Amino acid sequence: MPEALETPVKDATQPGSVPAAESKPEKARSLWSDAWHDLRRNPLFVVSAVLIVVLLTIAVFPGLFTSADPRHADLANHYLQKPKWGNFFAPDWFGYDVQGRSIYARVIYGARASIAVGVLVTLLVTVVGTVTGMLAGYFGGWIDTLLSRVTDIFFGIPFILGAMVVLTSFEERHVYVVILALAFLGWTQIARVARGSVITIKQADYVMAAKALGASTTRILLRHILPNAIAPVIVVATIALGGYISAEATLSFLGIGLAEPTVSWGVDISSGQEQLRNAAFVLIIPSIMVSITVLAFIMLGDAVRNALDPKLR
Amino acid sequence: MTIIDKTADVPAPRGSTENSGPLLDVRDLHVEFKTRDGVVKAVNGVNYSVSAGETLAVLGESGSGKSVTAQAIMGILDMPPGRIPQGEILFRGEDMLTMGYEERRKIRGQKIAMIFQDALSSLNPVLTVGYQLAEMFRVHQGLSKKDAKAKAIDLMDRVRIPAAKERVNDYPHQFSGGMRQRIMIAMALALEPDLIIADEPTTALDVTVQAQVMDLLAELQREYNMGLILITHDLGVVADVADKIAVMYAGRIVETAPVHELYKRPAHPYTRGLLDSIPRLDQKGQELYAIKGLPPNLLKIPTGCAFNPRCPKAQDICRTDVPPLLSVTERDGGELPGRHSACHFWKEQIHG
Repeated sequence: MPEALETPVKDATQPGSVPAAESKPEKARSLWSDAWHDLRRNPLFVVSAVLIVVLLTIAVFPGLFTSADPRHADLANHYLQKPKWGNFFAPDWFGYDVQGRSIYARVIYGARASIAVGVLVTLLVTVVGTVTGMLAGYFGGWIDTLLSRVTDIFFGIPFILGAMVVLTSFEERHVYVVILALAFLGWTQIARVARGSVITIKQADYVMAAKALGASTTRILLRHILPNAIAPVIVVATIALGGYISAEATLSFLGIGLAEPTVSWGVDISSGQEQLRNAAFVLIIPSIMVSITVLAFIMLGDAVRNALDPKLR
Repeated sequence: MTIIDKTADVPAPRGSTENSGPLLDVRDLHVEFKTRDGVVKAVNGVNYSVSAGETLAVLGESGSGKSVTAQAIMGILDMPPGRIPQGEILFRGEDMLTMGYEERRKIRGQKIAMIFQDALSSLNPVLTVGYQLAEMFRVHQGLSKKDAKAKAIDLMDRVRIPAAKERVNDYPHQFSGGMRQRIMIAMALALEPDLIIADEPTTALDVTVQAQVMDLLAELQREYNMGLILITHDLGVVADVADKIAVMYAGRIVETAPVHELYKRPAHPYTRGLLDSIPRLDQKGQELYAIKGLPPNLLKIPTGCAFNPRCPKAQDICRTDVPPLLSVTERDGGELPGRHSACHFWKEQIHG
């Protein structure tokens, strides 16, 4: 009897609570709330978002995940000490590298540099690219010609080769030098996407209507064009973010990105390569971290694109 | 070549106006567009004027230049490729074409506002209608967010949107076509402009909603004593609201008349053709009349009267001489105020 009493109560609360939860997004569904509605139900988004949250937490608070010092080298623990897969979160979980430093600690502390490069480069290129593309697309004429040619010139420089040239001219390569170098060469893609998107949006009737009702150019650009033109930019930027992380790893591997004593996945891959045949794990573990991170951001970009572009649904 | 006389047979402006002259006076306006194939002459010497409280209907087929004229008045033509080689647009006696950008922008919205054909695409999809309405007050009058929103709700009530308070935070796509057009009207009305240009405001709506929207527009116009330029290709819409009509063809005005006169006795074969194309119940079973041929290519406007290739009454003179817009008179020479026709044979047309 008590069981029978309990079940109807459960049933009564469930149907009641479900519509209440769903009526909220339905009240005012803009493009963004619509996209958010879609995203929350997309497993691709949930998985990538969880991964990214974990990675960001690692990057911001590495101390939470390990007590070991990534720079502490103890040659007693040199690379012949293989990973102990059972020792979760212990300094010897992933073994030690050539200098006897805990690979686990280095992977945790290395996240900060790699993710900082990815996130900050993306922010910079998005701002620079969007502004350039928006001005070129909206004003057209000689402004467009000028900005588009500048974009083309930068677009013509091979990304990695260009970054190598820029970075070799710096004595000390801090994280911000790498960030600036990658942003300096990377903004063109966003600029092109933003320009195309703005050209489409500026022909919309509501832009003309805003003009006819006396809106200033700044207002038209910021209130009417930017929010409507930004969706493709966000998609490209999210996908590109993964690319910048792997670009940092590539440059560090080649020895011209970040350098010791900075702890980064690229630096570790670079030093691990020397002992590839004796101790592959030294190289493979940071590589896997790079792959997971890049994959997470690309998956996020994909999910965002699907949510923002109704034609792909 | 002043065409529409303000002393025309129209109801006197309701309410008092200090300015005795017309609110808006378009004089010999030309607009052309540079294209790859040559120069498209979209507007070729249009003259019209509107006074406070008066409704001018500009009638014409697609491509007759009626919308381009309106865009030139608003200053929202894309220039380039557009160009205004000639003409004046006087607003309260001042030529807007010679004003600076900021000066013109201040007129837009506050003095002259525009209503567009497709209200869905004319409202920003990512902003709520309340925000877009409130924006008018915040930008032009510097009101606070809260006051502006209250005024937005007020306006929505004014254009009779039910449950304005609840719907103020809705997005444009959540409204029906008629409601959206009401919001567009509310936006145009927000700052109580002196003149409203409505570019086919009811074309995208179904017939019952059309009537409601037109009634609302006419009522608000009376209330605020505004001038109204109603651009349309729908003769049915015009009859009830307009005071006077200007018929456009190939970028020129071919006939002007007080509204009922035009329906009774058109003085141009093109107007006649338009009126004959209206389906009528008493002609059930007969073939529907249509003006033969197509509107002219604006790259190569026919010599003489632009309408001559389609005109059933065309003579040799129509193929060589451009007919000027002449005053139309009664058979005995009696004056017909406000009536003009650009046809060599207007006498035969109106009296024949």
